[in-house]
Amino acid sequence: MDTTFPRLLLQHAAQRPQDAAMREKEYGIWQTITWAGMAELVRSIACGLHDAGLQPGEHMVVIGANRPRLYATMLAAQSLGAVPIALYQDAAAAECAFPINNADVRFAVAEDQEQVDKLLEVRPQCPQLQAIYYDDPRGLRNYSETGLHSLDALVAVGAVYAKEHPEFFPAEVEKTRADDVASMFFTSGTTGNPKGVVHTHRTLLDRARAGSDFDRLTHREEVLAYLPPAWIGQNIFSYAQWLDCGYVVNCPESASTVAIDLKEIGPTYYFAPPRIFEGLLTTVMIRMEDAGWLKRTMFHKCMDLAKRVGPALRDKKPVGTLDRIKYAIGNLLVYGPLRNNLGFSRVRVAYTAGEAIGPDLFTFYRSIGVNLKQLYGSTETAVFVCLQPDDQAKADTVGVPIAGVEVKVSETGEVLVRSPGLLKEYYKNPAATAEVLTADGWYHTSDAGFIDAQGHLKIIDRVKDVGRIQGGPNDGAMFAPKYVENKLKFFPYIKEAVAYGDGRERVCVMVNIDFEAVGNWAERRNLPYAGYTDLAQKPEVYELIKECVQKVNADLSVDDLLAGSQISRFLVLHKELDADDGELTRTNKVRRGFIAEKYQVLIDALYGGKTEQYVQTQVKFEDGRTGSVSATLRIVDTTVFHPVKAAA
Amino acid sequence: MNLQTTLRADLVEAAVEERAESFSATGKKIGDVILDVKNISLSFGGVKALTNISFNVREHEIRAIIGPNGAGKSSMLNCINGVYQPQEGSITFRGQTFRHMNSHQVATMGVARTFQNLALFKGMSVLDNIMTGRNLRIKSNLLLQALRIGPAEKEEIQHREFVERIIDFLEIQAYRKVPVGQLPYGLQKRVDLGRALAMEPRMLLLDEPMAGMNVEEKQDMCRFILDVNDEFGTTVVLIEHDMGVVMDISDRVVVLDYGKKIGDGPPDDVRNNPEVINAYLGTSH
Repeated sequence: MDTTFPRLLLQHAAQRPQDAAMREKEYGIWQTITWAGMAELVRSIACGLHDAGLQPGEHMVVIGANRPRLYATMLAAQSLGAVPIALYQDAAAAECAFPINNADVRFAVAEDQEQVDKLLEVRPQCPQLQAIYYDDPRGLRNYSETGLHSLDALVAVGAVYAKEHPEFFPAEVEKTRADDVASMFFTSGTTGNPKGVVHTHRTLLDRARAGSDFDRLTHREEVLAYLPPAWIGQNIFSYAQWLDCGYVVNCPESASTVAIDLKEIGPTYYFAPPRIFEGLLTTVMIRMEDAGWLKRTMFHKCMDLAKRVGPALRDKKPVGTLDRIKYAIGNLLVYGPLRNNLGFSRVRVAYTAGEAIGPDLFTFYRSIGVNLKQLYGSTETAVFVCLQPDDQAKADTVGVPIAGVEVKVSETGEVLVRSPGLLKEYYKNPAATAEVLTADGWYHTSDAGFIDAQGHLKIIDRVKDVGRIQGGPNDGAMFAPKYVENKLKFFPYIKEAVAYGDGRERVCVMVNIDFEAVGNWAERRNLPYAGYTDLAQKPEVYELIKECVQKVNADLSVDDLLAGSQISRFLVLHKELDADDGELTRTNKVRRGFIAEKYQVLIDALYGGKTEQYVQTQVKFEDGRTGSVSATLRIVDTTVFHPVKAAA
Repeated sequence: MNLQTTLRADLVEAAVEERAESFSATGKKIGDVILDVKNISLSFGGVKALTNISFNVREHEIRAIIGPNGAGKSSMLNCINGVYQPQEGSITFRGQTFRHMNSHQVATMGVARTFQNLALFKGMSVLDNIMTGRNLRIKSNLLLQALRIGPAEKEEIQHREFVERIIDFLEIQAYRKVPVGQLPYGLQKRVDLGRALAMEPRMLLLDEPMAGMNVEEKQDMCRFILDVNDEFGTTVVLIEHDMGVVMDISDRVVVLDYGKKIGDGPPDDVRNNPEVINAYLGTSH
């Protein structure tokens, strides 16, 4: 794989100039950019940036949603040997300051006014940030800040430069090397400052290729780019594999139209974190509950059948002829239209990762004929480590190591990975690099897991989070908080859960209800409520959640390793955990330690045996203002089951 | 007291006159008087809705009309809009003086409005609703349009393109095909604004654009009003109840109380005007 991103671009532009490279929906119409058009745009931006003084090896920031011109900017920077850093478009201004200063960024390209405002806000702390270019000029007409220019102007300058120096751009692209640094990704990090993960052209492209080979992707795939470009997964699916395979990447019209755009495009290769699949399923279920008797009956009958034979059909296991016929009828009446409605009618390969996925959720999609699979990887491994083969998809594993990858489990239970896609280093942080990347070439994932009998990797939790129960009847039992939380989150009524138990006698949990699902449930039962806080504290809702908790306990009681992790008490939080309040990371993972500190009174009440506790919490609104929410939370005991030893 | 206020108002007007050709706070250029309302009186039988009201609106500015319930704000807007015919006074719009206007004429002259109690076609999609705003601009006749032949099709494409720009501007792409009746109130208000914008108006009359909205929706609406004013240079006359909103976004404010004008000037002056404080801010209505 001795090639680079810009070289691949020029290859596509030379071989198939008129084929679509990207599409973006604008003014209600999908506008196509061909490979030739893309190459020309990249050349102009690259020449413009060179003219403005961007140096090889220098870092530049790109911030915004998925827009072809932002991807073109990344390619332009790479053509000049510079390193693009995509930042999360929904990050607060203050969060942007660290990466900009850490990487000495002088140039930034922002999508629109919102992003420009953020960069201008942090500029006093980042004096070296000299030039900001914006893609969408709306609302920026009267800005007079120095160094603020439109991307249009940059493209125009670049086009002139390219005309005067026709040899410049191809020569620059020719200079790029596979082992040059290609991109840097800042990991959200649950503690401390984010770390810049450095990847070369080779590491990213090698993994992109391995993934494409595994699923036999071709240039005919259609992909919808709707996740934040700052996330490495988005970069792999809509950038690295895009350039490797040469398929079409489609950019949605806006964040709120993704569902509509998905249906219009009908992607063939699709990725979504479990919460999106869950959201889609919840919508389907709610709409089905509201549908007429005939449709509802048909749906449930067909879904029962699908649940029974669908996964087996997908896994190419033997299925009776009668069932096959029934399934075909179901496909005609229900599954097909449903897939179409969800935008999955053309999906050949769909992946989910990032979080554990509930077995019911996972089976639902596979049973209606969507080839949903799981993968394992991280920013540091350029995503692809383990993937599930088409006929071996399981809800509780993350697949088998793919070409080029070695996986082993250390004595401490930590998963170690050796792969050509490992990060080069953490930027300016040799100590952190040495911690995860040992001299023998193994990357320490800090995930606890094991490899099962079929060779599939199974992840339990983060190594550092796996704890021990101390004292009480379960003294010394293993406690994996995330495992418990995930089991709770698999219920549609529970949006988030935070479990505590390490170093304690028993396990206690704080739960966030899913407002949509529980709200709907309450409406159906004629249960009036005034809002989130009120609904969360209804005794009926507590009963509902208690049932879920007890099902989890029953489930855990048959687990050899984790029977001691059963939940003895829980409460329902009065507000949704939110990244803006620091309770979740930007990738929506709970920050357990921070939450424990913030809600110390609740933890004390949970373990102190109280039956209710008053709590007042500061909340931050999206516009930056703050307010407070207060409520008296009830705390409820649950049934804990005797561990059942599985018959060996 | 009355004399003092008048004097004060005169001073304010003089001050505003001075800054007329200068730039406003947001950096945009405020132009000449585009609308001049002189000595308007309107009564319904024995009820005097408006008494001797005079004020003017300059090109590109955001002009607010505020006042407690029943102060005559909507009546004032309806006079400008030609819905009501005042018994006394005159209205000068872009150099032409009228005793009274009729709504069609007003619309052709480039004045569009939105309504306090939304007057959208509930069963029609967002797109179609905004398309109706293009009505005055469509040249081909009904027959050609119905058959979609000749210039009619080309024209429709042009108008659709314009409407799409408005949809993009107001960020309602996700609701393009949704019947308006199914949308939440805040979005319906946005569609209402979109339809008014489709007329490519010189002047936009907004009747309580933020009534009944939550804080977030209000902020969105404020941003759209400022953006319309900024991007297209549209003059905006708005009636509003929410004092905070008015003070933040308008260049000059007229205050009405029981059909009389009791204050006129930049937001800060109006805020400090004792009579305004008495009539509006000091008491809760």
